[in-house]
Amino acid sequence: MENMNGRVTGVNGNMVTVEFDEAISKNEVGYIHVGDVRLKSEVIKINGKIASLQVFESTSGVAVGDPVSFTNEMLSVELGPGLLQQIYDGLQNPLPDLAKECGFFLQRGVYMDPIPNKDWEFTPVAKVGDIVAPGDTLGTVPEGMFTHQIMVPFTFRPVDWKVVSIKKKGTYNVRETIATIENPKGEKKELTMVFSWPVKKAIKLYDERLRPDEPLVMKVRVIDTFLPVAKGGTFCVPGPFGAGKTVLQHMESRNADVDIVIIAACGERAGEVVEVLKEFPELVDPKTGKSLMERTIIICNTSSMPVASREASVYTAVTMAEYYRQMGLNVLMLADSTSRWAQAMREMSGRLEEIPGEEAFPAYLETRIAEFYERAGKVRLNDGRTASVTIGGTVSPAGGNFEEPVTQATLKVVGAFHGLSRERSDARKYPAIDSLESWSKYEGVIQSDKVEYARSILFRGTEVNQMMKVVGEEGTSVEDYVEYQKSELLDSVYLQQNSFDPVDAAVIVERQQYSFDKLFKVLAAKFKLTDKKNVRLYFNEVRQKFLDWNNVEFKSERFKQLEGEIDDLFNKEFSSFDEAGEKLL
Amino acid sequence: MQKVYTQIESIVGNVISVRAKGVKNDELAIVTTQSGESYANVIKLQGDLVSLQVFAGATGISTGDQVRFLNQAMKVSYSDDLLGRVFTGSGVPRDKGPELNENMIEIGGPSVNPAKRIIPRNMIRTGVPMIDVFNTLVESQKLPIFSVSGEPYNQLLARIAMQAEVDLIILGGMGLKYDDYLYFKDTLEKSGAMSRTIMFIHTASDPSVECMLVPDMALAVAEKFAIDGKKVLVLLSDMTNFADAMKEMAITKDQVPSNRGYPGDLYSALASRYEKAVDFEGAGSLTILAVTTMPGDDVTHPVPDNTGYITEGQYYLKGGRIEPFGSLSRLKQQVNKDTRDDHRALMDGMIKLYASYKESLEKKSMGFQMTDWDEKLLKYGELFESKMMDLSVNIPLEEALDLGWEILASCFEPNETGLKSDLIMSRWPKKEA
Repeated sequence: MENMNGRVTGVNGNMVTVEFDEAISKNEVGYIHVGDVRLKSEVIKINGKIASLQVFESTSGVAVGDPVSFTNEMLSVELGPGLLQQIYDGLQNPLPDLAKECGFFLQRGVYMDPIPNKDWEFTPVAKVGDIVAPGDTLGTVPEGMFTHQIMVPFTFRPVDWKVVSIKKKGTYNVRETIATIENPKGEKKELTMVFSWPVKKAIKLYDERLRPDEPLVMKVRVIDTFLPVAKGGTFCVPGPFGAGKTVLQHMESRNADVDIVIIAACGERAGEVVEVLKEFPELVDPKTGKSLMERTIIICNTSSMPVASREASVYTAVTMAEYYRQMGLNVLMLADSTSRWAQAMREMSGRLEEIPGEEAFPAYLETRIAEFYERAGKVRLNDGRTASVTIGGTVSPAGGNFEEPVTQATLKVVGAFHGLSRERSDARKYPAIDSLESWSKYEGVIQSDKVEYARSILFRGTEVNQMMKVVGEEGTSVEDYVEYQKSELLDSVYLQQNSFDPVDAAVIVERQQYSFDKLFKVLAAKFKLTDKKNVRLYFNEVRQKFLDWNNVEFKSERFKQLEGEIDDLFNKEFSSFDEAGEKLL
Repeated sequence: MQKVYTQIESIVGNVISVRAKGVKNDELAIVTTQSGESYANVIKLQGDLVSLQVFAGATGISTGDQVRFLNQAMKVSYSDDLLGRVFTGSGVPRDKGPELNENMIEIGGPSVNPAKRIIPRNMIRTGVPMIDVFNTLVESQKLPIFSVSGEPYNQLLARIAMQAEVDLIILGGMGLKYDDYLYFKDTLEKSGAMSRTIMFIHTASDPSVECMLVPDMALAVAEKFAIDGKKVLVLLSDMTNFADAMKEMAITKDQVPSNRGYPGDLYSALASRYEKAVDFEGAGSLTILAVTTMPGDDVTHPVPDNTGYITEGQYYLKGGRIEPFGSLSRLKQQVNKDTRDDHRALMDGMIKLYASYKESLEKKSMGFQMTDWDEKLLKYGELFESKMMDLSVNIPLEEALDLGWEILASCFEPNETGLKSDLIMSRWPKKEA
């Protein structure tokens, strides 16, 4: 039971200092009692007999002397069947249930059971007498299209637990005892399908971590081809406001080739989350034929919701991702935006009167960011299966300037950098990823030396373009002008992608490879054209053909017809291949 | 029982502290000084030391003055009696009307449950073509007007207040010049819109603590009206002054500044206000149009920068016109498909041509030779600027669209516009004989 063993001694914004009598631990959850309302909070600093708590709610009305109870538990999430399709706030309160209870507004101090109180069809896997360890499977329940494993709670000590009893196949409530296990000392534990895990600790019940070597296909050409992400890898998307970070993340969450997507809307606009909430149930996942919502969990702590739970929300999300990884699934976790999370840390650090680092962010900013991204990873589980958690975070740098602490700290630890640029988004070139500045350390779906060759054309084209601004078109040689046109072509028909076009919005790998090869021939070719005006007209025509081609169904009649037209157009002016390009063909 | 404390321990900036017991965070108090009374609220508790920010400012407060705690948080009266009235940031009447003390509601209440939000669906007509046609304002949207000091942003707000098709206007003025306040008042009174307007006004000469309260007061009242089924438009001018008042207060409280002296929670503070914009299913809606002046026309300044990350687009007011480039209404796609079949196409087409006009203009200024096409564009650009962009133009959306076609027809051949042929067939103005 909770013990009322603390009293409030001071209030400063959402930080409350509490005097306590009995032992408490750091990151323990405490409740501040204000009249009938209990405010959830977390111990973040202990000094002598005074603890500093960050409160996850508004502290309006808290008075010195108010009683505080401690729970002996760290800030945790409940894990069990029924997490999928849910919409939670940063502390795992189910928002639709809260809405039923409290109406339009989020009432302070109302906390609800995160896991829906539901019956599940349980099939035992373990038998009485089996020796099991934390993370081992006791049985399974079907959760939508997945087989949800009911596991020995991860928090148990890693000793040999013996299964004393286990329920037969049948339907049981999620909070009903389904098994009893006993440790060598003879202590018995009754288990339900639900258990808790402290959010700030990584779940590491696996055999070993593997190198992320398998591409995670996003069906976005510029990412899959030029800036790939790997299953179990990490990537970040920094960009100024209006550059399309959120739209890009929504595209990724729809199309990513993974089993489960967890979206953490952390301190951003509520309206954007609403779009996901209303759209996802309607959209069909092409892989499974089911609604996209069935593979999605949304953690939604928008900008006007309490700051401290914004800090918790990314941890809540990543913990759920790790939980599903334990079941052998590939999970993608998207955080929008990690800058808001960092700002929440900054606010707390200020209240704790810590010595500030750059731009007043705390000195431990980099470690926290690194710890967070390190929770991604491809692993081999104890039973030999591989599974992964991939983390992608957006960053909202102040003034769109990447030279700021959060972007820089993030770039140090991620495996791919998808930087968005204001110039590209102003010119309506979407996705507005600046492919020259961005990078990825993972392997993509297309032969890397071909990609390098294409990239070099982009660089060259940009150079020529800059030169042209000084000397004008007339001062540019035809060769340079062709290079420039090639880079423009690559940009407009391959790097850009129309997310509103039903066909172009998601491009499968096979098609990417197919059209890249086609485009590569143009990039590697030398043409008979000698006049700049004709070069421009010719490339305009090629571009139009490729664009039309992009918008028709793959391998349809029209597709083949347009392909033929492209080939004819190509052969008309083709003279020879460039040496380096020919080798690659 | 109300206790009175007479030992003020410290006075720093607008913050005073007293030793008192049983005081709650955010509680309201009255400070009585020789020169009168002022409200104050609790901002920090440390043992029995209570820090309060004094709304009227701490100027002239003596260490022996009285502090009386009221055992409740800051509240504002809510009823139809508010209509047509003017208040200060702390809710005291600024006009000669009576003080309102009935039906008090909390300010700065909890945020709306995201699960209860709906996708915005109704346009708000303003009669300004640059808004209605090109960047439509949508109910429940939050949009700032980014502007340099000296631009006619208050005139624009006043015009929108007069013309917008909403039930209720709530104007929150922060750091307004007294002239601007009078301008708002006179304009609204003359146009007859005053009877559906409520004003919370903080002028530049008023104490800065009140400036910080204005958005909360305005939005709390607006939210209540919206729940009661009214379509409410909240106009805030100028949010940069609000942010500056926050900065002042943060520095008084010895907070570590993060960027150009602004406190680290600037984003959260702005967001919790802007996010009040909402469309209540089955009730009314709350739309926010706010002015954010950009010091030095610098969009990367912390206030416009943080605002841009929060709001759903922005209007960019420059040279007395709403610039089509840089302005963006993120929600326009939700509504402009249902207005008129040519709305979207015309919007895109005209902007593309205007962009080409800008290029031609640049070419001209660099002394390059002008082609026929350039001449056409130049003519078009001038017409577009004078007939569409000028802020004095005041026509409904449909007329504005027709005007758009007329401008196109007077400058171009149909096939030069890049518009779809079927639209041209149905909408291209017939040549007058």
